[in-house]
Amino acid sequence: MRFGILRFPGSCDETDAQQAAAKVGDAELLWHADRDLRGVDAIIVPGGFSYGDYLRAGAIARFSPVMESVIEFAQDGGLVLGICNGFQVLCEAGLLPGALLPNANLHFTSRQVDLEVVSRDTAFTRACEEGELLSIPAKHQSGRYWAPDSQLDQLEADGQVVLRYARGHNFNGSARDIAGVRNTAGNVFGLMPHPEHAVDAFTGSTDGLAIFASMRMAVEGVHA
Amino acid sequence: MRARVLIRPKAGILDPQGVAVERALPALGFAGASDVHVGRLVELDVADASQLDEMCRRLLANPLVEDYEIQYL
Amino acid sequence: MPEQLLPSVDDAIALGLTRAEYDLVCEKQGAPPNQVELAIYSLLWSEHCAYKHSKKLLRTLPTEGPAVVMGPGENAGAVDVGNGLVCAFKVESHNHPSAIEPLQGAATGVGGILRDIFALGARPIAILDALRFGEPETSERSRYLLEHAVGGIGHYGNSIGVPTVGGDVYFEGPYEQNCLVNAMALGLADADKMIRSAAAGPGNVVVLYGASTGRDGIGGASVLASAELGDADEDKRPTVQVGDPFEEKKLLECSLELLDRGLLVALQDLGAAGLTSSSSEMASKGGVGMDLDVALVPLREPGMEPFEIMVSESQERMLAVVAPERVDEVLAVCDRWEVHGTAIGEVTEGGRFRVLCDGVLVGDMPVAALVDDCPLYDLHPVKPQAPIYAAPTATLPADAGMRDALLALAGAPNIASRRPLFERYDSIVQSRTARRPEECDAAVLVLPSGGALAASIDGNGRRVAADPYWGTVGVVLECASNLACAGAEPLGTTNNLNFGNPEKPHIAWQLTEAVRALGDACRALQAPIVGGNVSLYNEGATAGPIYPTPVIGMVGTMPDHERAGRLAFQQEGDVVAIAGHFHPSLAASELAKLRGEALPDGLPEVDIAKVRAAQDAIRLAVRDGLLSSAHDIAEGGFAVAVAECCLGGGLGATLDLGDSDVPWTRLFGEGPGGFVVSGHAEAVRQLAERGIDVDVFGVVGGETLSLTIAGETVAVALDELHDAHGSLARFFP
Repeated sequence: MRFGILRFPGSCDETDAQQAAAKVGDAELLWHADRDLRGVDAIIVPGGFSYGDYLRAGAIARFSPVMESVIEFAQDGGLVLGICNGFQVLCEAGLLPGALLPNANLHFTSRQVDLEVVSRDTAFTRACEEGELLSIPAKHQSGRYWAPDSQLDQLEADGQVVLRYARGHNFNGSARDIAGVRNTAGNVFGLMPHPEHAVDAFTGSTDGLAIFASMRMAVEGVHA
Repeated sequence: MRARVLIRPKAGILDPQGVAVERALPALGFAGASDVHVGRLVELDVADASQLDEMCRRLLANPLVEDYEIQYL
Repeated sequence: MPEQLLPSVDDAIALGLTRAEYDLVCEKQGAPPNQVELAIYSLLWSEHCAYKHSKKLLRTLPTEGPAVVMGPGENAGAVDVGNGLVCAFKVESHNHPSAIEPLQGAATGVGGILRDIFALGARPIAILDALRFGEPETSERSRYLLEHAVGGIGHYGNSIGVPTVGGDVYFEGPYEQNCLVNAMALGLADADKMIRSAAAGPGNVVVLYGASTGRDGIGGASVLASAELGDADEDKRPTVQVGDPFEEKKLLECSLELLDRGLLVALQDLGAAGLTSSSSEMASKGGVGMDLDVALVPLREPGMEPFEIMVSESQERMLAVVAPERVDEVLAVCDRWEVHGTAIGEVTEGGRFRVLCDGVLVGDMPVAALVDDCPLYDLHPVKPQAPIYAAPTATLPADAGMRDALLALAGAPNIASRRPLFERYDSIVQSRTARRPEECDAAVLVLPSGGALAASIDGNGRRVAADPYWGTVGVVLECASNLACAGAEPLGTTNNLNFGNPEKPHIAWQLTEAVRALGDACRALQAPIVGGNVSLYNEGATAGPIYPTPVIGMVGTMPDHERAGRLAFQQEGDVVAIAGHFHPSLAASELAKLRGEALPDGLPEVDIAKVRAAQDAIRLAVRDGLLSSAHDIAEGGFAVAVAECCLGGGLGATLDLGDSDVPWTRLFGEGPGGFVVSGHAEAVRQLAERGIDVDVFGVVGGETLSLTIAGETVAVALDELHDAHGSLARFFP
């Protein structure tokens, strides 16, 4: 199982994601200017401030050469995980529904949050239990998930809401406490909190490992 | 051609920056300001003005959450 | 050289030189300097660059030790942290820029200190910051400055992907008109990949890479950093530098790749005085000369004059010396990172610093005169006869009881939880942070070997104002105590000396005493000074000087990150004790401040050796896994320290301190060398066998902190304590 982690100018959490993915498989960095995905089995679009978050978070990275290949990869059913800035990039690219707006409190906030697993019937959460709480840090300035009400209804009806902030943990003001969503086909998933920062005991939680482990299970066809 | 693009949050979307400004004004003694919204301004020279609308839709604004208005200078 | 009107001695004085210094410049040049030359001399001979009022004192500091790899004089100091790795670190101030434009001032302060670190070839791994402002309760301006300074630090550090892992904030009246923003950075490098800044090899090419050059911060170093702030601050606004963390992130990755591939001979960042100081210092250290052609420098604004290009403080730029055959490779790496690189000059023989414009010579100076010949001044210290500082306004009624005092202290701006501030920082990026803010007295960062670094920054100016010598000793000891609570042994120290105008005898006395204390304490702890910075003339136009504020940063190591200490109580039933060598006093304490007491003249003396022995014992106990928690007793004394242990763990405690003639001093007195520890009764008993005082007072448990002393019981529910401790949230929603 090989993960490819994108690296844009301004990415910050790409080596963190690489280290986390390396706990369940092989992981390498993919340069933003290269179209070649080098045959990896899954893509991670990492956190950080690609292109300085200038204009809008994720708006410029979405047009990089590597993203053209990632869009094709996703359309062919490849697994794509977007974390934080990566989630913003995937929304900008139209691979995921909705948009991420500036936090309701208007400033960058870094906080350990509890996430409720709404659906384990995905390639990204199958190692979790439904209703399980994951303790994972979130740290961002533009993480307020938004979509029109009709679309939110449909996302909930279709089981595309994968993770929600537990009560009292939705500091950014996301609609319906949504922390992570998947696309209709189920192969693209984005979340604002950082599972790659909860894979070592010294960080206080290893709950994030389940996301990477789930991806490995999905690639290897394991259904837990 | 010189153009100016005004980008603002779509009506009905919570605009926390606008709310913050709206709350700050009375604190400074300015009464009577309401419906405040904060957006972005992009100024640019364009060779082909007919492309400007597509530029806005694809990059300068996010049509899902933002409205834009093009002014030619 | 082209004909031009030579600047006058009055111009030199306007640029900050004295008449005597101007005469010396003329002598060194053999003629009156032209505009370019005068601009360059005025910057390099400014307080900021030449340390002309502090250098003689700084020479008395201990700078050598077994772990020191790089001492003062390089971009940053560095210590050996084992397994072929070194840790580079340094603290630097950006006080005056932050007072004028706090967001950009603080942001570019962070940007500057990060460049110092990666200029050595070290990847920046952590930021800590020390902030000082006026009273938030009464000063809207101080709230504004704090909010924006915190915003600026977060904006830069978060965006560039370096965690902000610690810091301290104090609020005191004397900072009202002159805030302090000090930033410290740590970096990690392979010992054999470090690079120095000395230019070498005549014929080698000088490459400038990074952002283009504009008129930012022109005259910043001499106008902003070396003059007292007056009323005309608005006029200084155009010279404020604007930071671009995205450009710096590319610059950082580009620089580390250039060094990793061995493509550079020398590297230096552009900080205060821009191209002028970076290039002349590189030439001076290498004992060579340098030719720079300012017409080759990529500009952001048209029509910049040669002297403007030389002194611009545009951010996010680096200067490298490169062998001619490597230049193409260097520029290709720059290209890959979308960083603009340009060859702008050449290393020469003969020790001349020559500025050209399109091949025409516009300035020609001896490198040695620029860098080494600035006159150094003796200070004339005199202890003041009358108090310098007004007594603070009382906020606690004189007849308040101990319970009210505890709640007032828990919520005092200097003690209240910093959570509303540090939540605006990314403290975990790079996946090294084993102890986040409020989890331990020091930040703990995991090393690849499985050991860890610990870092702390400290500096209580009020205690230094009461007694510059013993106050400064206390600051150094507190820093080392913080490391001890983490389980780390100090390897080296950095310092930022923030003081008023040293030409005034009483400020000279504060500075002299503080440096003497710094040297004595660092020698006693074997934690030598590896680098630092001096910020003088910190005085408001009408408010007088700031509290003398030596900010001390310390870095240490521990063998096993899994045993890193915690400050919070962990386990119901653990016993609680005061351990160490602790002789508290209410002199200059936080309680005395709340009561509105004037500063005392002097603090109690401290037995540094005994405090060090206590730190050694605590450190070893933490490393052995003997203790559940360890927390240094600081502002607010024992009662506040134990309250913090309770709040951190969500566990109460019931403690009986027995009889006392001085119950207030026992509960709220301050001084170095005391620790609140908790653990199994047997473990705490073993700690007592290690030769330090250990007094067990009670046990952890319940949802109330209950303190009994001299027959009186103070009981506060954790919820009430938590609300009081959360008081800063009012100012930063």
